[in-house]
Order: sequence, then C-alpha cells, then structure tokens
Amino acid sequence: MVRNVMNLSRNGLSDWVIQRVSAVILGVYFVGLLGFMLMTPDLGYAEWHALFSTTWVRIASLAALLALCAHAWIGMWTVATDYLNNYMIGSKGTVIRFLFQAACVLLIFIYLVWGIQILWGL
Amino acid sequence: MPRLSGGWSALHPEHVAVVVSATEPDPGPDDEWLPVKDNRPKNLELQTFHFPLPAITSILHRISGVFIFAGVAVLLFLLAESLRSQQGFDNVQQWLSAPVFKVVLWAIVAGLLYHLIAGIKHLIMDMGIGETLEGGVTAARLVIIVSAVAIIAVGFWIW
Repeated sequence: MVRNVMNLSRNGLSDWVIQRVSAVILGVYFVGLLGFMLMTPDLGYAEWHALFSTTWVRIASLAALLALCAHAWIGMWTVATDYLNNYMIGSKGTVIRFLFQAACVLLIFIYLVWGIQILWGL
Repeated sequence: MPRLSGGWSALHPEHVAVVVSATEPDPGPDDEWLPVKDNRPKNLELQTFHFPLPAITSILHRISGVFIFAGVAVLLFLLAESLRSQQGFDNVQQWLSAPVFKVVLWAIVAGLLYHLIAGIKHLIMDMGIGETLEGGVTAARLVIIVSAVAIIAVGFWIW
C-alpha cells in the first residue's frame, strides 16, 4: 500500500476539504481575471499595471497563488500515488514517486516565491 | 434454537456444516459445471472495448491538471513580463501575435477551462446531485459539450 507521508496535511479528509476550498478560490479568481480581460478589449499597460497595483487584487492574487500551491500539491500527490507505485511501474515505484513528488514540491516552491515577487515587487 | 445462516462458531460444528453445504455448488444436469455460473457473453473484439464517458472525462481532468500545473510557469512568466514595464507589456503583445505562441496559450487556457468545468461538476456531485449512473453519464456529456464550446470561444478570442 501507499502510505500518506507526502500528502499535504497528513490527513485524507483534511486534504479533501483543502482541495475543494482551493478549487473554489482558483475558479473565482480565474473567471474574474478572464472576465476583466474580456471586458477590457483595448487593454494597455496602464490599466494592467493599475489592476495589479490595487491592494485587494494583490490580496486576491496571493490567495489564488497559495490556493494553487495547495491544490497542485494535493492533485500531484493523488496522481503520483495512483500511477507511480509498485503495482503500476514495478519495484522502483516508491523511489520514482518520491523523486517525482520532490520535483513537484520544488516547482510549487518556485511558483510561490516567483508569484510573490511578481505581485509585491511592483 | 434458531439456525444461524452465516457466521462461524467453533462451539457449534453443526452450524459450520450447514454453511459449507449451502455454499457447495449445485452440479446441475450436465457434469461440466463451473463453480460460478457464468452465462454472460464474452466479448473478444478488442476494437469494441471502450471506457465509459465518465471515465474519459475523469482521466482528462487529471491530464489537464498535470498539464496546467506545468503551464503555470508560462503564465507566471507572461504575467511577470507584462507587469515589468511598458516595454515588457509590448514584448508580451508581440509574442502573442505569433501563431506558435497563440497555440501554446490556447492549449494552456483550454486545459484551465476543461479543468475548471470538470471541477465544477465534481463539486456539484459532492453535494449529492447526479450521483446515479445516468446522472454521471449526463454530467460527463455536459462537461464535454460546455468545455468544447468554451475552448472554441476562447480560441476565437485569442485569434
């Protein structure tokens, strides 16, 4: 069996809730941003920069970024434990899954630092 | 004393005997009997095998999730460049006028839209709506139709 040592909260029920709450945050943020871009056909640098200079847009973006990190961690854990295990790919499954998840966590960390730098370094 | 139909007890060996005789398969009229009666038709035409639609939308949800996880790198790069300066914003606009970049952006946004729509279906089903077999197939059809329309629409918008 696959043990729950690399999931986000060490608790399946908690992961389930975090996955759904982060999904709602990401969905609202993505639809809102897409809506803004559709509503502003001649979007220029001035409007774009002004949007991301607003405090509440920065807060919403940071919330979406954190939600993305949690959501990606849980999603990647789910996919990795389903396919990258000893039953699916043989005796090296656990090692391969650990390396895959380590790479995912590193990428999540890069996204987090990079995102904060973009949002708050304007 | 009532006879127990199931369960196992070392104190009452006669109950065990009853259970064993009940699970003994009936040999039936012909002597080529099987332990399990299996009169189901066998389908050996592998070409006609296919996943049910809800299974296809589910695996697409996973594939799109992994894909957009990588795609976020491109989106963050575009966001950083577009917010850096007027020059950076112009750079992004220039890149996005190239067909190759348009295809890349469209693929990422398509992945996002599919993942979003299939995710909304998940949340609705979590509320206990459409949890039957028919409901699942209908929801999967809706996911395919709605996301196809959204992906085509956003393609027109990008081009």
